[in-house]
Formats: sequence, C-alpha cells, structure tokens
Amino acid sequence: MDALAPLLQLDFRPDLIREYLFNDVIVDGAWITLQVAVLAQLLGIFLGGLFALLRISRNPVLGVISGFYVWFFRGTPALLQLIILYIGLPTVIDDPSFTQELTAFRAAIIAFGINEGAYMTEIMRAGIVSVEHGQMDAARSLGMTQLQGMRRIVLPQAMRVVVPPTGNEFIAMLKNSSLAFTIGLVDLLGASRLIYSVNFRPMELLVVAAIWYLAMTTVFSLLQAELERVLAVGDRDRPQTLLSRAMDLMGQRHAR
Amino acid sequence: MTDPLVQVQGAYKRLGKTEVLRGISLDVARAETVVVIGVSGSGKTTLLRCINHLEVLDAGRIYVGGELVGYREVNGRLVEDREPEVARKRAAIGMVFQRFNLFPHLTALGNVTAGPRYVKGTPRDQADDLGRELLARVGLETKVDAYPSQLSGGQQQRVAIARALAMEPKLMLFDEPTSALDPELVGEVLEVMKALARDVHMTMIVVTHEIGFAREVANRVVFVDEGVVLEQGTPDEVFNHPKEDRTKSFLARIL
Repeated sequence: MDALAPLLQLDFRPDLIREYLFNDVIVDGAWITLQVAVLAQLLGIFLGGLFALLRISRNPVLGVISGFYVWFFRGTPALLQLIILYIGLPTVIDDPSFTQELTAFRAAIIAFGINEGAYMTEIMRAGIVSVEHGQMDAARSLGMTQLQGMRRIVLPQAMRVVVPPTGNEFIAMLKNSSLAFTIGLVDLLGASRLIYSVNFRPMELLVVAAIWYLAMTTVFSLLQAELERVLAVGDRDRPQTLLSRAMDLMGQRHAR
Repeated sequence: MTDPLVQVQGAYKRLGKTEVLRGISLDVARAETVVVIGVSGSGKTTLLRCINHLEVLDAGRIYVGGELVGYREVNGRLVEDREPEVARKRAAIGMVFQRFNLFPHLTALGNVTAGPRYVKGTPRDQADDLGRELLARVGLETKVDAYPSQLSGGQQQRVAIARALAMEPKLMLFDEPTSALDPELVGEVLEVMKALARDVHMTMIVVTHEIGFAREVANRVVFVDEGVVLEQGTPDEVFNHPKEDRTKSFLARIL
C-alpha cells in the first residue's frame, strides 16, 4: 500500500473546470472553432458539388480537372495545405495586401474548405450515381432538361445518401479544425493552451476543451438525425429520432 | 394513311458493338394503337427510346407530328438540337416504363404534377386540380397523398400513366408496361390503357407480350426481328395467319 500512496495523491482540481468552462477566452475560442468548421464545411460542400458534377459530366477535360483536384487535396495532409497557404504562399506572392487580408481565421476556412471539397466530391458523386438511371429517363421523358432533372429529381434523392457521410465529415471538421492552432489561431484548443501556459493547469483546461468539443458534436449529431428523417420522406423504414418520438408522444396525449 | 403522326424512316442504332436497329421503318397514324412484339433484344425498347430521343440515332430519321425529334435539318444534314429544344419536343411524347420509374421522394400527386409544374410552370393549385382529376381517371383518387413505396406495382404503373398524361401528350409510348407486375395486377393497368385507346383516341405505341390486349385493342401488330419490321398487319393477320417462319416460331413460344 505504501508503494501506491504517491500515485494516489492526485493533483487534479475539478473546481477549475467549473471556473474555466464559461471563461470568456474559452467561449470565444469555441465560437471561432464553430465558425471555422461551419464555413469550411459549407465551402467543402459547394466545391464537392461542383467537382462531382464535373466528374460525371461527359466532358473528359472537366473529368480530369476534377480527378486532379481530388488526387492532390486528398493525397496531402490538411496541415501541410494549411501551412502552404498561410506560410508558403505569402513568400511567393510578394504583395503586402495579400498577407494583410489573409488572417489565420480566413486561411483556416479556405484551407480546410478546399481540403474538405476533395472528400465531398467523392461523397456527392457516390450520391448522384446511387440514383437509378430510370429516374433521369423519366424526368427527361416529361420534358425536363438534364439540369431540371438533376435539381428536381436526382439531387433530392442523392441527398439521402449524401447526408450521413457529410455529417461524419462535419464532426471530423469540428475536431480537426484544431490544427489551426499551429498558425496561431485562438480556437477552442488554442484558447485552452493559452490559459494553461499561464496558470500551469493543462489537465483541467484540456478537460474543459474536451467538454466543449463533446457538446458541439453531440448537438450536431442530433441535428443530423433530424435531417435524415426529413429526407427519408416516402421511405418504408423511415428512421425515428428523439424529436419525432417526442412529437409522437405529444400527439398521443393530444389525441386522448 | 394520311399524314401519319409518327414516321420512322430507316432508323439505325448501334449500342456498343451490337446493331440494335438496322434501318427500321414504321408509320403510325393519329389515334392508332400499334402493338410491337418480338423476342427480347430485337430492338423494341430501343425503338421507343429513339422515338423519344432518349437514345440518339446513328442514322435515319424519326418525325413526330411532322417535326424531327432531337434534330434540325440543315442543308440536308442532321444537326442535333440544343437541349431545351429537345426537351420541348419530348414534352409532347409521354412514356411509360417497364419498371415504372416513379419519383420515390414525391407523393402520387407530386409525381403527376411534376411535369406541369416544373416544365410548363403551371401554378401549384391548378396543377394539383389536374393531378387529382388524372389520378381519379386511373382509379386512384384515394391514393393522392401516398408515396410510391406505399403502392402496389399496378397502382404505381397507373400513377406513371397519369404522370405522362399530365403533359397532355399527342403520343404515348409504353415499354412493356406490365412485364414487371404480378399476374393479378396486370389487368388493372391494361384496363387504363384500353380506356385511353377507346375513350380519348390516344395515339399509342405499345411494346408488350400481352396478346389478349393486342387482339382487343391494337389496330395493327408489328413484329420486330433483329432491328427491322419483319411482318405487320391486323391482329388477326399476324396472330392467326403469320407469313414468316420467325413470326410463327415466336408466336408458338408465347401463345
């Protein structure tokens, strides 16, 4: 027992977690993380949609451009791409206004967005390809153009296939955006590092950061489940969600 | 036959290395119901898809209502139309598919109103009124809000017919409309098609193996073999007195 005693003398102060959980620096950092993740994901979805359409177009040149984009941005680390953009490019583009406009915040959104676009291209392409050819035939036989058929008939169905992996991507984005602390962005992880470098309580502050990350990923997982239910309209085995179960319960109570 | 609605002239189509249509010609008059029969792989489906320009012809011409479908003729040469123009011509040709191809994310009413709303720009309430009327005509007035996954095969195919009719086509193409159905559901779909021929004198080209339907409704039966019309005539001529050996052996197998 005596041998274990030193191990059991833990130096961990839960009260610090409560004290720092809603600290201004931490809350601001969480807000930065959320903004970077949402904006980069939106950019990624936009680029993914664009390059997926290029890939499935019959034009071979467009297909090669799309293939190259996916090959490069999926084949190199996101961190490398971020540093190329933030550290590398300003030394090549010798223009003070470029350096000035390219804040760490913007660089993170652009780099993570372009990187995410490569993954979203594959996800979107898989979604579009999963819709039977007969759907486009039927749309065209009614007099729709290729573009109308895509928008009204194919894409709404592709979305069902696209949403689950996109939710995964977004959750990953929320966490991986913490890479941006390497270029000095004070996001959630950056904020906790900033504080523990002063108060020397890293463990408590890392737990604070972990709680925030978990809170955000939990909220978005629930939102994703709702979205999947909305898109599964017309499906035989439409999934139940927390909200839909709650609504059912309320409905039963009203019915009585 | 004066001024046929459909004129297929020497249509030639290759899919990969197979010659599917080998210079097929066929005229269909207004209000005529033509039943196309033939072994699988003889080019029946491809013929329908070419009339609708879902497939591009390699040679030959197809006119519907006096207009080339999918092409313009410039100094005796065919130039493929731009897409909006193809879509406009195609809108006047209804098509019903073997596997229904209903839009699974839309209700029965949503399927029927998709054409009028998205192609013609008909206001929603007006399109809905038309849609309800058409669904009632195919006997599905109680299924307006059902999704395709909640309907039987026969009901789905009837929705598909109503969906095509919503564009007020001058020609209807049926590609084996009952082949994917359970036997007990075939009748309800054929009834709807008979009513179309009888009551509104719709011009129809029907690819089918339903000989009973052909005998009752068809003005003409066309036997397609290896990408050409081998034999055609009234149902009585083709079914009871076939001239060609290949027609006889085909009929022997399906009758």
